[in-house]
Amino acid sequence: MTHNQETDTAAMNMSTSQFIEDQVTGSSRQLNEMKTRVTARDVNVFYGAKQALFDVSVNVPDKSVIAFIGPSGCGKSTFLRCLNRMNDTIEGCRVEGEIRLDGQDVYDPKIDVVELRARVGMVFQKPNPFPKSIFENVAYGPKIHGLASNKTDLEEIVVTSLKKASLFEEVKDRLHEPGTGLSGGQQQRLCIARAIAVSPEVILMDEPCSALDPIATAKIEELIDELRANFTIAIVTHSMQQAARVSQRTAFFHLGVLVEEGPTEQIFTAPSDKRTQDYVTGRFG
Amino acid sequence: MNSLTVAALLLVFLGLAYQQGWSLSRRLATPEGRLHSRPAYHGSLVAIWTVAPALLILALWALFGNTASRAFIIANLPAELADQPASVIEPAIQRVRQIASGFGVAGDVQPYETAAGQALRQFQVIMSATVLAAAAAFAALSLYFARRRVALRLQARNEVERLVGYLLLACSAVAVLTTLGIVLSLVFEAARFFTFVSPADFFFGTVWNPRFSTTGAGSGQYGLLPLLWGTVMVAAIAMFVALPIGLMTAIYLSQYARPRVRNFVKPVIEILAGIPTIVYGFFALVTVGPFLASAGAAVGIDIRATSALTAGIVMGIMIIPFISSLSDDILRQVPRAMIDGSIGLGATRSETIKRVVLPAALPGIVGAFLLAVSRAIGETMIVVLAAGNSPFLRANPGEPISTVTVTIVNQLTGDQDFASPQSLVAFALGLTLFVMTLFLNMAALYIVRRFREQYE
Ligand SMILES: Nc1ncnc2c1ncn2[C@@H]1O[C@H](COP(=O)(O)OP(=O)(O)O)[C@@H](O)[C@H]1O
Ligand SMILES: [Mg+2]
Repeated sequence: MTHNQETDTAAMNMSTSQFIEDQVTGSSRQLNEMKTRVTARDVNVFYGAKQALFDVSVNVPDKSVIAFIGPSGCGKSTFLRCLNRMNDTIEGCRVEGEIRLDGQDVYDPKIDVVELRARVGMVFQKPNPFPKSIFENVAYGPKIHGLASNKTDLEEIVVTSLKKASLFEEVKDRLHEPGTGLSGGQQQRLCIARAIAVSPEVILMDEPCSALDPIATAKIEELIDELRANFTIAIVTHSMQQAARVSQRTAFFHLGVLVEEGPTEQIFTAPSDKRTQDYVTGRFG
Repeated sequence: MNSLTVAALLLVFLGLAYQQGWSLSRRLATPEGRLHSRPAYHGSLVAIWTVAPALLILALWALFGNTASRAFIIANLPAELADQPASVIEPAIQRVRQIASGFGVAGDVQPYETAAGQALRQFQVIMSATVLAAAAAFAALSLYFARRRVALRLQARNEVERLVGYLLLACSAVAVLTTLGIVLSLVFEAARFFTFVSPADFFFGTVWNPRFSTTGAGSGQYGLLPLLWGTVMVAAIAMFVALPIGLMTAIYLSQYARPRVRNFVKPVIEILAGIPTIVYGFFALVTVGPFLASAGAAVGIDIRATSALTAGIVMGIMIIPFISSLSDDILRQVPRAMIDGSIGLGATRSETIKRVVLPAALPGIVGAFLLAVSRAIGETMIVVLAAGNSPFLRANPGEPISTVTVTIVNQLTGDQDFASPQSLVAFALGLTLFVMTLFLNMAALYIVRRFREQYE
């Protein structure tokens, strides 16, 4: 029941045409018919002289979850950070190749990076709420982007975002208490709400559960599954079970190379590459 | 006593004892019985127990040697001199000491002085030899006992650990006791001052005119307020200059500067912090003061060359590196994850700084600010040279003023009688200053600590 209500409110927040489109295609959607949101072609990333990614090409399908798996240090986070240009903030990091969001070149010098990051939200490995109130944490993005014209609008955005992040019920009585006072899992959902509040198209999650206990992890996974209705999600995880549970497609990285990408069942049951096989059967990494 | 001999003696015992403990414990170790502690610990333990008693003897001599030699001198002076009051007997003792040291004294040397000097010399030679011998004997004796303790199961490692703890405690006690001593002497001398002048007249008086001690005790007026006002005004002007510049420098260094720029700029700023304040003082006097005066004249404002403004601006420049390097450290402690979170939401760098970094760092920056204020209040050389030394209540920063620190310098320089209120007032002023900076520092440390806790 609550699930339906939440997706409904979420849907109301979107443009009507998109909403109808979703309703029509939503249930009958087939994996191989999905529209592509993000395309990456021959992406190479260097940290100074060291190359971290080699000719990575992948498509991120719309309104679904793609998981990036692989042993640690293989470049999953690096690739994720390319998609919203967070790598720009790292000294000495250089990105080559082509990444397009809805056909628009992300690395075009003319593009507005600030706007790009509003369209491609990010959730980090460790929950990182600002040392502000819960309300202010969620209101942060709408405020800097001027999304709300008055206080009521802002309150509505905050409440809907918290609801979409399945956090509202737990915090509705203490919206003005510090966000840092929440539990780890709640903090992570607050960070998700914060990202949702600017209505991004894509949400990037870099090991969002690695700092959480199993119960909090289960909640976040459930949430990711709900969010899929409205957002395109790319998630990095070191847990293969998690990838199997939440994603529709999975990409396996190894030593900076994208080894294999395909429907999640296929990657886990019938991988075509020996390295993928070894990894998913737990023989290395 | 020849300190080189003492040091050599101690070093010899230290090395010997360590070697003894080390080799002895090694010989004890057999394939069946393992040593509880490694030989190095046995060596250290024996060395500590050997040297500690000798050090104790030397410390006692350092503490009471002076009293002993003093008693000896008095015993050697003619009886009628020994009965004189302190004002006569102290210089006499001083003369004897100087004769004994071989540097000689001014004026004619009395035969009894020569005799006492020579006796003192002999006394000193004998005493130092005795102390040295006693120290050596104690060291040897304790070496013997410490050696006997060396055993397979002796927990030398744990014992050394405990002794090191005591050593560190003793060292910090030195700092604490020194502070306590200074505070107590300030309090007692200030109390003596308040027997001449009532605290109400001191703390609430608006006129500062201590006169000179030669014109009679207690005849001056000792109002603190003009000095306090000067101090506050100069500190306020200094902070007005230092806070914006220092903080912006810190923001640039911590958030914008590339590592290469940072590695160049930061040391250069820290050089600024290393310039002696007297240099800032004559920079103020020779350059800034005249410049301000002529600049003021050009726009029709009367600014004196030595004024609160001159001193305040130059003091502000002096404090810039202090604020910038403290704030830089604090800003860099704001976790990268928090900044990334903001950037990831599409905030620009300056929005991130304004909305996330600065609010998160605010308590720390307030702490840095308070520490800087307490430095400004205690700063002396710049105001001595550039503030004009004019202890009147004046609101215009273009006029000369005087501060608490400047007044302390004035009251204590020159030939002064340390029992007069003119000199004793310095202690009351010092105490006031101390209490002010103490509270500022405590507030600052408290705030900074609260801030640190926020990020584990
Ligand atoms: N800021 C950085 N500077 C230099 N090298 C980095 C940086 N971040 C990551 N790397 C390197 O890039 C490679 C991929 O890292 P990363 O993307 O974090 O891997 P993963 O997320 O898969 O564990 C690693 O070899 C890592 O050492
Ligand atoms: Mg990673």
